[in-house]
Amino acid sequence: MDDSTLRPGREAGAPVPAQINVTDGSLIPQRGEKGGLSAWNIAFFGATGILVALPLYKPDPYLKILAFVPDGIVATFGVTIASIACSLVIGLFAGLGRISHVRIINRISTIYVEIIRGIPLLVQLFYIYYALPPVIEKIGLSKYIRLDGPSSAILAMSICYGAYMAEIFRAGIQAIPKGQMEAALALGLSRAQAMRKVILPQTVKIILPPIGNEFIALLKDSSLVSILAVSDLLRRGREYASTSFRYFESYTVIALIYLVMTLFFSRLVAMMEERLRQRGTVH
Amino acid sequence: MEPFISIRGARKSFGKVDALRGVDLDVKQGEVVLIIGPSGSGKSTLLRSVNRLERLDAGSIMIDGESVTEAKADIRKIREEVGMVFQSFNLFPHLTAAANIELAPLTVKKTSKDEAAEIGKRLLKKVGLEDKAAAFPDQLSGGQQQRVAIARALAMNPKVMLFDEPTSALDPEMIKEVLDVMTELAREGMTMLVVSHEMGFARAAANRIIFMDQGQILESAPPEQFFTAPREERTKKFLEHIL
Repeated sequence: MDDSTLRPGREAGAPVPAQINVTDGSLIPQRGEKGGLSAWNIAFFGATGILVALPLYKPDPYLKILAFVPDGIVATFGVTIASIACSLVIGLFAGLGRISHVRIINRISTIYVEIIRGIPLLVQLFYIYYALPPVIEKIGLSKYIRLDGPSSAILAMSICYGAYMAEIFRAGIQAIPKGQMEAALALGLSRAQAMRKVILPQTVKIILPPIGNEFIALLKDSSLVSILAVSDLLRRGREYASTSFRYFESYTVIALIYLVMTLFFSRLVAMMEERLRQRGTVH
Repeated sequence: MEPFISIRGARKSFGKVDALRGVDLDVKQGEVVLIIGPSGSGKSTLLRSVNRLERLDAGSIMIDGESVTEAKADIRKIREEVGMVFQSFNLFPHLTAAANIELAPLTVKKTSKDEAAEIGKRLLKKVGLEDKAAAFPDQLSGGQQQRVAIARALAMNPKVMLFDEPTSALDPEMIKEVLDVMTELAREGMTMLVVSHEMGFARAAANRIIFMDQGQILESAPPEQFFTAPREERTKKFLEHIL
């Protein structure tokens, strides 16, 4: 996760060390990169073109594969959108917790973020899908909590991405000048009211682009859930491949579909960023 | 008469730096007190202690018989009655001028929308910006922003107004429009504590000038006396710099 655009807490006048800026989003169009032969155009239209041309040129197996995987695309989007929504809620509260003046809340939030960011997502998925159910059964809650594939996947991804979202919220809130909170408090608003009415509305505009990048990252990471009996895009591809033995063709199509989706969304994020930049302070 | 604001033995340090080293100050109702002094003399810290944006390490502050500094003080109630204007305006950039003014009445006092709109309209008129109700802060000049900030602070009907270097961030041609609004407020009888080096405002509106240095009040006198016959050597030196 890269939050260098919202780097908080740098003291005024402190020397700024040289820094590099590498995002984990895929091929986000550079500002000013225009024209038909931009890297994004070549990649996006190239991939789309191949996806269209292959079934026309060789309907068996490419058209069959394309007809086989739409359920998977729906599942991938379902898991991604549910996870991003839950992780935003978790991230908001954990992010607020990270800057809380109440020490215990601050500590708990920080520990959550540190632990989750230190464990690979795949391990977290295994943990919730395989390691938790026996525990739930042992303490007698299996009547109330049933973790099947999709719910484990969404739970694990929400908890994992919640930690990254928390850092985005924290950085976004801390990027708002201190005077805003002071002015709100001086008017008699409570801290919570000031957060809701003054700080968060301004934060939302700053954190939209990094949240967009997290969405793209999550879309890609959602392929990990194919190991949890979730019929997502990757799993559908694998199912087709293992019955037809057309491994090369199946995974080529799957890779191209992922690529087209992530390129499409990264363009969307870039456009959003551009609009925010043009309007300066956005209303 | 009982003083309206009463500060006793105020002490505050930031790490190793002593910002306030035992300050006593009484302000009567309707009095306009100007605080001057070199940077780092503690004048802003003193002002920010009055509505507890800074918490004192020791000492007490009372406003109209209510303690600001006690741990169990209802600080939000007190802040409603103490308006504050900042050097950097601190207008809320995502809200229009009118919405900036209406926010506190709507949120804190839970007034109706119509009532809040009425307050917004009246105060914008008061600061001469009735035509800027729908403008966002970044569409206003510095002077206009500061006038909206004053209107915003007045929206809660405060009994005291604090001004923390209200004109320091302004271009010279915009200073007057802000000082005019402040002078008008003083004339209406508002109790005001002003950190500023605007000597024109001091002569026109201040009842008393206080000179602070190194966290203490060195001199306190009415403007004529302060300018013509300062008692302290340190005050004389400082006046030479700013006059």
